[in-house]
Amino acid sequence: MSALLDVRGLRKSFGTTEILRGIDFSVAAQELVFVIGPSGSGKSTMLRCCNRLEEPTAGHVFVDGVDLMAKGTDINAMRRRIGMVFQAFNLYPHMTALGNVTLALRKVLGKGREEAEAIGIAALDRVGLKEKAGNYPSELSGGQQQRVAIARALSLEPKIMLFDEPTSALDPELVGAVLGVMRDLKEAGMTMVVVSHEMRFARDAADRIVFMADGQILEQGSPAEIFGNPQNPRTRDFVGELSR
Amino acid sequence: MEIFLFQFLNLDIMRQAWPLILSGAQMTVLLCLAVIPLGLFGGLLVATGSISQWRALRWATKAYVDFFRAVPPLVLLIVIYSGLPFAGIRMSPFMAVCIAFFLNASSFYGEIFRAGVESVGRGQWEAARSTGLTWLQTYRFVVLPQASRNVLPDLVSNTVEVIKLTSIASVVSFTELLYAADMARSVTYNTSPIVLAAVLYLIVLWPVVRLVSRLEHRLGH
Ligand SMILES: Nc1ncnc2c1ncn2[C@@H]1O[C@H](COP(=O)(O)OP(=O)(O)OP(=O)(O)O)[C@@H](O)[C@H]1O
Ligand SMILES: [Mg+2]
Repeated sequence: MSALLDVRGLRKSFGTTEILRGIDFSVAAQELVFVIGPSGSGKSTMLRCCNRLEEPTAGHVFVDGVDLMAKGTDINAMRRRIGMVFQAFNLYPHMTALGNVTLALRKVLGKGREEAEAIGIAALDRVGLKEKAGNYPSELSGGQQQRVAIARALSLEPKIMLFDEPTSALDPELVGAVLGVMRDLKEAGMTMVVVSHEMRFARDAADRIVFMADGQILEQGSPAEIFGNPQNPRTRDFVGELSR
Repeated sequence: MEIFLFQFLNLDIMRQAWPLILSGAQMTVLLCLAVIPLGLFGGLLVATGSISQWRALRWATKAYVDFFRAVPPLVLLIVIYSGLPFAGIRMSPFMAVCIAFFLNASSFYGEIFRAGVESVGRGQWEAARSTGLTWLQTYRFVVLPQASRNVLPDLVSNTVEVIKLTSIASVVSFTELLYAADMARSVTYNTSPIVLAAVLYLIVLWPVVRLVSRLEHRLGH
């Protein structure tokens, strides 16, 4: 199996409402897949099922060939291979930037303080924030916080990174730096799934665009196909709405 | 006025009673050193139980908290010290006080910790779990530090209450500060030792009460 992420027959219900109604899709190594779709279509839920923050009702998610739903799977061991970046950053406010990055290195990977800090500094350097290592989240701008959050996930050397609207909570002038970091990641060969409304970024960085509506994938293809020549009427409406 | 000074602020009598009062104060400190950590520890257990995903455990902790917050601590202490011997369970005054305070303080501290834990957003749990931390690691390293900071003024206020409440140990003849002062009073037929004890409480607790106000102010309560 060459796919790094493979989602098979994924369903998710909250109570009696079915939010995900059979999702199949896979992401190859080093691919950047963009997920777009109207609000409430289940994009976040789908992404959160990919590291079991949300428990799927049915279906399977394979990461690097390992079935996340299987009984014997150590989900904590898998999660450190799956980086996740949230809309609200979710940095730990009582820890410095470096503390945020090193916590899992120390507690999950069991690294000593010095080694963890060396890795942490390197990760912060990758997102251009080495000199902010000693700052608390409250002392950082939103864009800087989000980059620290990316470093926190990166430091664990994940196989794949999931982004849920990483720039939606940012002031427009801070978006660029975060997208810049994501572009660097892509160039370094990271596999990424990005839920986002940054269509310009989608157009020139994504390998593939997935369009979701009502808990299903209605269409997928290259940016040129989806933006230039969408087949599904819902996609056409959505893309048309955006470019207006 | 003279009678008042003689009866309440008699320095000679205070001087005489001082050694006894000092040893009482030491016992009170000892009691606090046992009872506060016990209460905090129990409170953490209670808070953890009350947010558990197992409904039975949540209900059990809720019943526990309601019960021991409703029972007057003095009644609890007397039942444990004087009532349990009828059931064949006998213990020292110190032991009885520790048990009573554990039950009482843990339910109050527990509610405070629970409020603190609930004040920490779901995003914190999710971020931590997404990096592979276990539930317990997340609770311990991410949630509890923020939770306790958020409810620090309440924790300190409750600790002041616990310290004051240690004086009920006097009813089971544990020679803490109030018991010692009252002994001195009954020997000297003079209230000054009690006043002295009150002053000692004040000296210790007043700065703490000030601290609570400052904390509340800083956290914008
Ligand atoms: N924990 C939950 N309990 C109940 N319903 C939920 C829960 N989480 C999400 N939903 C519902 O599932 C649907 C899909 O939500 P989801 O957040 O996945 O959508 P989305 O595509 O990410 O939307 P948006 O673009 O607004 O972020 C919504 O109708 C939402 O109300
Ligand atoms: Mg969403």
